[in-house]
Amino acid sequence: MTGSAMLAAQANGFLSPSGVEIAFLLVGIATLGAAVVTVTTKQLVHAALWLVLALGGLAVEYLLLTAEFIAWVQVLIYVGSVVVLLLFGLMLTKAPIGRSPDADSANRWPAIGVAVAAAAALVWVVVDAFRTTWIDLRGAPQGSTKVSGEILFRHWVLPFEALSVLLLAALVGAIVLSRRKKEER
Amino acid sequence: MSDILDVVLRLAAVFAVFLVLPLAIGQTEHKVMAHMQGRLGPMYAGGFHGWAQLVADGVKFAQKEDVVPAGADRRIFQLAPAVALLPYLLVLVAIPIGPGNAVGQFIDAGIFFVLAVMGVGVLGSLMAGWASANKFSLLGGLRTAAQLMAYELPMLLAAASVAMAAGTVSLPGIVDAFHWWWVPWQIVGALVFFTAGLAELQRPPFDMPVADSEIIFGAYTEYTGLRFAMFLLSEYAGIVVLCGLTTVLFLGGWHGPFGADGLGWLWTLLKTAVLAFVVIWLRVTYPRLREDQLQKLAWTVLIPLALAQIALTGVVKVVTQ
Repeated sequence: MTGSAMLAAQANGFLSPSGVEIAFLLVGIATLGAAVVTVTTKQLVHAALWLVLALGGLAVEYLLLTAEFIAWVQVLIYVGSVVVLLLFGLMLTKAPIGRSPDADSANRWPAIGVAVAAAAALVWVVVDAFRTTWIDLRGAPQGSTKVSGEILFRHWVLPFEALSVLLLAALVGAIVLSRRKKEER
Repeated sequence: MSDILDVVLRLAAVFAVFLVLPLAIGQTEHKVMAHMQGRLGPMYAGGFHGWAQLVADGVKFAQKEDVVPAGADRRIFQLAPAVALLPYLLVLVAIPIGPGNAVGQFIDAGIFFVLAVMGVGVLGSLMAGWASANKFSLLGGLRTAAQLMAYELPMLLAAASVAMAAGTVSLPGIVDAFHWWWVPWQIVGALVFFTAGLAELQRPPFDMPVADSEIIFGAYTEYTGLRFAMFLLSEYAGIVVLCGLTTVLFLGGWHGPFGADGLGWLWTLLKTAVLAFVVIWLRVTYPRLREDQLQKLAWTVLIPLALAQIALTGVVKVVTQ
């Protein structure tokens, strides 16, 4: 840890956390628990519902960091749409009630390896980028819709546009794939 | 200390609204449907026009046995009605009914909060549909999911159009920015929002997922007693929320031609009530749409209309600035 980081930590009380920080940690632990159950449970639909808890926990974390807009969008997109899509797929394939003994993958160990590597990379990037940045939770909200919008469209326009092009490509790709199947029939 | 009292009072008021308005709409639906279809309906309970029928229905629901099918996923089956009902209580907290501070809780990104939490309510129907271990319920759940995915997008786009017009995403802010000429300007968005909302609530003519004459109430087939009553209540609470939201977003909430000072909340309630009447009216007059017609309406009519509305809003916004 560099000197400035130590200073920042001391100024903000690294060992005497505030109530929000404690809540953040507790919600984080609950979210992690829900996420672990999601990937270990043998009941398919239960896994999807535990995923709702994990994603909702993330939304609460955003709220605790005053990023209200991001939190609601997280609920809207992930809980309201992605999980509904998941459940739709599970119902279409008639997911059984009770345990599915075949709900396991032979790729378990490679999957764990990839997950750990991805988590390590993300944590490293975040820690390296925001090491000395502290969010002052007592002042004006720093994650309000206005602030988020200004930062997004002034400083991060290029990544934002690149992402939307990527999503558009995925959309077009999905349409192309589903059309080709029809012609083969 | 007064802060805490303020919060408690506000939450109590929201809870009272949550308990009273859906029941009032349920009662109105009984009576309006009876009149429109030229039939009497239950007229004896309580004397005048059978006013106590709703109370009697409530007592009946409370007395019925709470049955969980043997093959069902017990815990999810029992949890589903709560998941369906509670989001509407949360949404009511954010809807402003009068100028100034007359809102349960001011939320910065109000539109997104409201739409996000309303979407969560549908999870209750999906859980019920899957956990009942019943073919009809599963079909109902499938149709619910398909309908939600089709109609969530036009609803969001229509709401985004108003947010663009007002330059804010907070609900009180949008009503504050309202002028009368917004009604003709945003009328297409309003129709799209209201229609998509009806579909999300699975109200006729979009009641394919519950179609009682065909798949026997879909996801709710296996429910009895109080749990079934909670699903019914969530439908009525959904009507309150949808009509309140349409009022706030598109019809100017507490703004009215006269008496806007002090009596603004009355305008909000009046507009909401008229919209709720329209919802009931549609149930009596329109035949049910088929599943393919439902999907076609959403993807080929509502979404293009909503996009056109956004384009119009953008053009007017740029020209008038």
